[in-house]
Amino acid sequence: MKYLDEFSDPVLAKRLFDDIRAITTRPWALMEVCGGQTHSIIRHGIDQLLPEEIELIHGPGCPVCVTPLEIIDKALEIASRPDVIFCSFGDMLRVPGSGRDLFKVKSEGADVRVVYSPLDALKIAQENPDRQVVFFGIGFETTAPPNAMTVYQAKKLGISNFSLLVSHVRVPPAIDAIMRSPDCRVQGFLAAGHVCTVMGMAEYPELAEEHGVPIVVTGFEPLDILEGIRRAVRQLEAGEHTVENAYPRAVQAEGSPAAKAMLADVFEVTDRAWRGIGMIPASGWRLSPKYRAYDAEHRFSVTGIDTQESTVCRSGEVLQGFIKPNECAAFGKECTPRNPLGATMVSSEGACAAYYLYRRLETPDKEASSVG
Amino acid sequence: MCLAVPGRVLEIEERDATRMAKVDFGGVVKDVCLEYVPDMRVGDYAIVHVGFALQRLDEESAKQTLELFENLGVLEEEFGDAWGKAARDAGAERPSGTGLPPTDGVEKEARP
Ligand code: SF4
Repeated sequence: MKYLDEFSDPVLAKRLFDDIRAITTRPWALMEVCGGQTHSIIRHGIDQLLPEEIELIHGPGCPVCVTPLEIIDKALEIASRPDVIFCSFGDMLRVPGSGRDLFKVKSEGADVRVVYSPLDALKIAQENPDRQVVFFGIGFETTAPPNAMTVYQAKKLGISNFSLLVSHVRVPPAIDAIMRSPDCRVQGFLAAGHVCTVMGMAEYPELAEEHGVPIVVTGFEPLDILEGIRRAVRQLEAGEHTVENAYPRAVQAEGSPAAKAMLADVFEVTDRAWRGIGMIPASGWRLSPKYRAYDAEHRFSVTGIDTQESTVCRSGEVLQGFIKPNECAAFGKECTPRNPLGATMVSSEGACAAYYLYRRLETPDKEASSVG
Repeated sequence: MCLAVPGRVLEIEERDATRMAKVDFGGVVKDVCLEYVPDMRVGDYAIVHVGFALQRLDEESAKQTLELFENLGVLEEEFGDAWGKAARDAGAERPSGTGLPPTDGVEKEARP
């Protein structure tokens, strides 16, 4: 059990919990979209401190988790080529492809490098003109502008040995897809704050209207999440469904015009498969025709990949909020951070990893709680 | 990777016709691109994601967030040794040739 004194401002946290309790008269199910929010909720036990009527459903907002297996396998194949320096963020190293991961490929001798920023990868390309440098461009709307700028720079500086393996995803189509599912129980959304830092809020009113759900733009710090929940519940209790900004210190209604302009130049919207979920129309970006030359998939023509997903892993259901991670039979048994069957057990923003870190000892299963 | 971390702009320079800054994240200094928030000045705080400033932030919220991230281990994850972490998670040896990425901005400063 978690305690209020774990919050940065326990007095304010208590007031928010009390407020939420006071306004809640019926059961409500809210989805937090961002994996960072999930992590924060589980770490601080927010879901356990809320009134029983309020259920938090964990959403698909972890880019590492939803990057399709096929792209991971393509990454592994490109990274294995002797003329390639493959650059990635550190949290992709242990995401399982069909049978191996980047960590293993590196151990076998491939030149895989962890970078802090895509610009670091571009620099590596400048310093190694005789090698091909590929950057693994995954992420939501927050990560897409840095990657777009890097491709723009590569073109501007005439760096031709750089390319992007791109698998960017967009949040609003995912919200739409979740609401359209016949099994959907979500009644309100805590939208991902940093996605809105870039994109603003213009895409949300239509979704709120069409599906009759409140959408509250929310940060990922514990007090931000409580404030988001408070506002979403207030709307639900009042029968409203509008878009609210509960994260004004980082989000402006119009987002970042400069970043949006760069996105529009470098990328174009495309259908994209989400790992564990499947194809969601218009839910991704790929390089626009002007920048196609920087597309690693074209440059290395990686085709004919035979993917093999774990038959045990239920991460697709976890990502859509149909089950909680500890309802998966493999949780904490066959599937642990040391031997992950799904990406949701690898990424620090993954729901399975968050439960493994903070909830494992609370699951009744003896075997699960004695691991580690 | 997905979270954005607040940091303070230490110095600004033009590089390859791009506005770049050295930014301090609670002791770790990194190169950050300012093209998306071009009016940043030395001493300002910004929310930074994978080496790009995305939005200006007031000093108080920036400091609060940094403290929270330090406690959550987010700073370690963002700036620390990813190969070491992956090796620990895998229960394996750290692969050879995986020194810190060759960026010139990486330096851990002693906090006063
Ligand atoms: S616990 Fe493991 S196997 Fe089960 S859904 Fe999560 S990642 Fe997949």
